[in-house]
Amino acid sequence: MSNLRNYVDRLKPAFSKGGRLSFLASTFEAFETFLFVPNTTTAKGAHIRDCNDMKRTMIVVVLALVPAFLFGCYNTGLQVHLTGFTAFLYGLLRILPMVCVSYIVGLAIEFYFAQIRGHEVNEGFLVTGFLIPLIMPVSTPLWIVALATAFSVVFGKEVFGGTGMNVFNPALLARAFVFFAYTAHISGEQVWYSDWTMLGARVDGVSGATALEHLSTTGELGFSPLDAFLGFIPGSFGETSTLAILIGAAVLLFTGIASWRTMVSVFAGGLAMGYLFQACGVTDYPAWWHLIIGGFAFGAVFMATDPVTSAQTDTGKYIVGFLTGAIAVLIRVANPAYPEGMMLSILFMNALAPLVDYFVVEANIARRRNRVKTAK
Amino acid sequence: MSKIITLRKGLDINLAGAASKRLTVLPLAEEYGLSPLDFEGVTPKLLVKVGDEVKAGTPLFFSKADERILFTSPVSGTVSSVNRGEKRKVLSVTVAPSKTQSYEEFPKLDPHKASREEIVGLLLRSGLWPMLVQRPYGIIANPSDSPKAIFISAFDSAPLAPDYNFVLQGERENLEAGLALLGRLTAGKVHLSVRAHEEGEMTSLKGVELHTFAGKHPAGNVGVQIHHIDPINKGEVVWTINIQDVAVIGRLVREGRVDRTRTIAVTGSEVADPQYVRIIAGARIDSVLGGRIKPQAEGDSVRIISGNVLTGARRTMQEFTGFYAHQLTVIPEGDKYELLGWMLPRTKKFSVSRAYFSWLCPRKQYRLDTNLNGSERPFVVTGLYERYLPMDIYPMYLLKACMAGDIDKMENLGIYEVVEEDFALCEFVDPSKIAIQQVIRDGINLMIKEA
Repeated sequence: MSNLRNYVDRLKPAFSKGGRLSFLASTFEAFETFLFVPNTTTAKGAHIRDCNDMKRTMIVVVLALVPAFLFGCYNTGLQVHLTGFTAFLYGLLRILPMVCVSYIVGLAIEFYFAQIRGHEVNEGFLVTGFLIPLIMPVSTPLWIVALATAFSVVFGKEVFGGTGMNVFNPALLARAFVFFAYTAHISGEQVWYSDWTMLGARVDGVSGATALEHLSTTGELGFSPLDAFLGFIPGSFGETSTLAILIGAAVLLFTGIASWRTMVSVFAGGLAMGYLFQACGVTDYPAWWHLIIGGFAFGAVFMATDPVTSAQTDTGKYIVGFLTGAIAVLIRVANPAYPEGMMLSILFMNALAPLVDYFVVEANIARRRNRVKTAK
Repeated sequence: MSKIITLRKGLDINLAGAASKRLTVLPLAEEYGLSPLDFEGVTPKLLVKVGDEVKAGTPLFFSKADERILFTSPVSGTVSSVNRGEKRKVLSVTVAPSKTQSYEEFPKLDPHKASREEIVGLLLRSGLWPMLVQRPYGIIANPSDSPKAIFISAFDSAPLAPDYNFVLQGERENLEAGLALLGRLTAGKVHLSVRAHEEGEMTSLKGVELHTFAGKHPAGNVGVQIHHIDPINKGEVVWTINIQDVAVIGRLVREGRVDRTRTIAVTGSEVADPQYVRIIAGARIDSVLGGRIKPQAEGDSVRIISGNVLTGARRTMQEFTGFYAHQLTVIPEGDKYELLGWMLPRTKKFSVSRAYFSWLCPRKQYRLDTNLNGSERPFVVTGLYERYLPMDIYPMYLLKACMAGDIDKMENLGIYEVVEEDFALCEFVDPSKIAIQQVIRDGINLMIKEA
């Protein structure tokens, strides 16, 4: 350890203020604090601090995404008629370029903005950069991934002031960008399947509608509910397996990093809306089908719970979560042009969350005012 | 028996180095000091110069903003130095004590008969007035105010805090006299809050409205207690005072002299024999800690804190125990790099987050150092701060209002009800490592300036 530390200490002056590489100070700082927790001590106030920090928080979210990622690799191979480890390896090789592009483009922009602002590089993109490939169809061209990532980081985050200041979930914004700018690359029957011929994959003629499209056109799942729950269906890379997502959810809930209030409310909202449609005779399939297909579970667990863009009060989390789930199902059922309602629903509620919080906080203010009245 | 108010929010940080219940009476220190920095918003005007002879209770300086508020010497002796910092700001006035102590004479008062003017005058002249702290704002009480009520916490729930049942043994008559005196200063009640199942003899004190609190820290914070007993509204003023200081005031009225003797807890993982010591307030810290700090390995150092680890002030051996401090804490400095620390299990560190493993060993006593354990970031995590502030206040919204300097919002969101110590736990758990207590203090100071 001390050798590595000495090496970093030798490099440090060049990157510090006045050094010849000082234009890379933020980058150096990012790598240094990645390697070493800084020796900064408290000055006053609380002299001791909890050892949890932003890096740990974000890495746990990345860990929670791993089951969905691993299953996504396997399922990608499976959909082109591979089995076992070959299927997994195929999917892994297929997705790696997209993961790299997402991280490289996003981090480059983050480092650039951190540097011109004289900030430290924030850890938020560790999660965003991993989320983006997971919510794209596997055959999305890399240039679109790069463009979408750049768009979401610049216009979704940096223009608002960076991590913690954004209104919309950056990863979802990247997907929305693709959805509206390059619709052909994110809908239809082809994009859900890999088109790489390697490891013996049979990609010719492989196509098929997702469960969501089946549901909106025929009212049938097109797959067995068990397959849909386990994830052996076409869809965006990481969203298919509700089971893998629930493993991630367990990690997030156990560590307390994601709010159970939001997560439970999203599922409750989706179910309630599904049952409402069923009761009114609009649909004749079970409401819970909505929860296991498309991006519903993935969105509920990893996107709606984003602390920055979701509601910030506990009461607000119930309301925003419930509406997120309800509106997602509403869009799916009532507007067949957008079979995937989850993305739009979360983004819509991102925009409304501050309003919900506003009323929750106003209630607190009113309580304080009423106290004066009753006291007098 | 009054109803128990149980607080479900909060956190007890289990640190190594609690004081065992033994008391050592320490001899006079080489030097005593009084620092204007102990008092929020006080600019001192000196009344003595180096070489002056003073008695215990002789004024050393007064507050420029209100010249009635005097700050007096805790001991008799010779003024030995006036320490100044940048722009000649007074850091401390020190007194080298004489071998035999002599005291300024003050009238003995019958707390039940004395008039309010007599009491206020006595407290101001004796230099004990600054013990009274007003809410809102957490500053020295204004002698012209008549507070709605006076609140006293009979227990301290902070990490390694002194046990006042032990500290106040043998002080019963002084306490009663002090409480009776305080009762004359307010038209309302004197509220005394005790900890459930650890009431000691506090419940038999007369002239107070008794409240019982149960729960984790910050249940002992007087601000939290006020919030649950009778919250402060806009325009209202209440006073607070430490329970041991009440006894010191009682001593003044009974004996007619300023005797600032107090019992403090010497605590922390780096103290060789943590226990209670009896000193005169303002003693130079080396007189208390000299020879008591555990030997440190090469390259390691310690942090000396006057007060507790969450709210105390950083001190050196050559500085002095604080005016309001009833505790000294010594913990290791954390000025070390930690390779990949944020990825490791870190079993020796403590976290409320289950992203670490502290939850597996709830009884473990931790030896925590002063490392920030990360770098400062904007607010990201939500719902966390609320769990450590047992008040009907939205901490993040109040903090953001303070950061933005929006005084209307601060007022609406409850700035009158809090001082920085109430946010100490929020600061402790904050993964964004924001200096939350300073944000609150800056917000309060802005309120004072604009009001």
